[in-house]
Amino acid sequence: MKSSMVLVEFLLFPGLLFTAIAGLLTTWVDRKVTALVQMRVGPPLLQPFYDIRKLLIKETCVPEDGAVGLFLLAPLLGLAGVTLASMILWRTLLNVQATFVGDLIVLVYLLVMPALSVMLGSFASRNPLASLGGSREVKLMIAYELPLVLAILVPVIQANSIRLGDLLTAQAPIFSLSGALALLVCIACTQAKLTIVPFDMPEAETELSGGALIEYSGPPLAMFKLTRAMMLFTMPVLLVVLFFGGVVSGPGWLPAVTGFLLWFVLVAVTIVVRNTTPRVCIDQAVRFFWGPVSLVALVAVMLAWLGW
Amino acid sequence: MNRTINALTRSLNVFHLAGSACNNCDIEILDALTPRYDLERFGITLVGSIRHADVLLVSGVFNRKAAIRAMELLEQAPKPYLVLGIGGCPCTGLMFRNSYNWDRPPSDYMNIDAFVPGCPPKPEAIISAVVKVVEGLRSGALVPRCLQDATELAETPEAAGTV
Ligand code: SF4
Repeated sequence: MKSSMVLVEFLLFPGLLFTAIAGLLTTWVDRKVTALVQMRVGPPLLQPFYDIRKLLIKETCVPEDGAVGLFLLAPLLGLAGVTLASMILWRTLLNVQATFVGDLIVLVYLLVMPALSVMLGSFASRNPLASLGGSREVKLMIAYELPLVLAILVPVIQANSIRLGDLLTAQAPIFSLSGALALLVCIACTQAKLTIVPFDMPEAETELSGGALIEYSGPPLAMFKLTRAMMLFTMPVLLVVLFFGGVVSGPGWLPAVTGFLLWFVLVAVTIVVRNTTPRVCIDQAVRFFWGPVSLVALVAVMLAWLGW
Repeated sequence: MNRTINALTRSLNVFHLAGSACNNCDIEILDALTPRYDLERFGITLVGSIRHADVLLVSGVFNRKAAIRAMELLEQAPKPYLVLGIGGCPCTGLMFRNSYNWDRPPSDYMNIDAFVPGCPPKPEAIISAVVKVVEGLRSGALVPRCLQDATELAETPEAAGTV
């Protein structure tokens, strides 16, 4: 493929522009549903776009004795990571033969980048509250990555391949016991990966007043917000691809519509959980993920191995 | 300029800077942000860090030591931002005017863009003030003072002494 074509794919479709718009619309859904839960009207459709546009005209403040280079580079890192991840996913969805063997491993690593960028940015800002948020982010990541990777192994074992295209065309893992268990684990881990309630301790507004991102303003903050929005859109897409493979692939419009509905259900679950649970402590979160969640993930892997 | 104002006024992030208020104004501010009034309809949300803020709501007065900190905090806000004085205190000092530990009302040393009168003002009054400020900004009648002073200083050097 020509390099100019890759650039177009990265910047426009299905890369940055597409994912950004889809992500911001997803955050609107999130805010609107939250508003409805609280019995109010909620923001207009374009509110997330207004927020980003406003941040772009604001001044960029740089902490005096922080690591300025890293401070400004960190948001770019996260944005690039999630853009690439979304690009790989959507190229597979559009054409199952489009990507390479082992793209799932690349994807899992790329989806770590946003959390990594938050950590780097918070430590680079040399703000005590930001460092506290950053260290919580580290602990949270250590907690949820183990069960998440274990759960992702289940579709891999069932399809006997680590290529997204093969997972997409194989029989959907959700119809087996191991697949259903793995999906539950993945939903819990997604909540933590997106750092939303009940696992939003890195940004705990009441204790850390913005936490990891406390020193960010203007365009770099806009990049972080965009990264989060894009993650909110991309993670459910990944789950649909992993666990509903056979259902959402194939010709015609029916698989596409089913895929969209499944994606919407996953987003809705995330939002409802966010609105009905309080924030937990960081030690409770680590215990939760390393205890019951990892156990369920392990059982799911074994069941998948036995062909259940 | 107009595009800046348009972008700013459609998404106002509010930061609450409480001096030594008697706490009534703070409670009314929180009231205004509750689901009953639903300010998110207009893109107004409360943020925890001054770096994310577009509007600073100042309530109460600052004593001598707190005033220095408040001014330091104000310098950390990314431009363009607005400062709103909630209640009578930031304007005149009101019932704190005879206190031993304060010097002047915040309006003397802070660039406050608009005052919301009342002791305390009702949430409706705060919202109507925000609406008026937004309208003023859009029509050009009001220019954020953080932007205004920079241009004034550039034109007339002696203006610096009067601030
Ligand atoms: S204006 Fe009145 S209610 Fe508000 S802080 Fe001052 S004294 Fe209290």
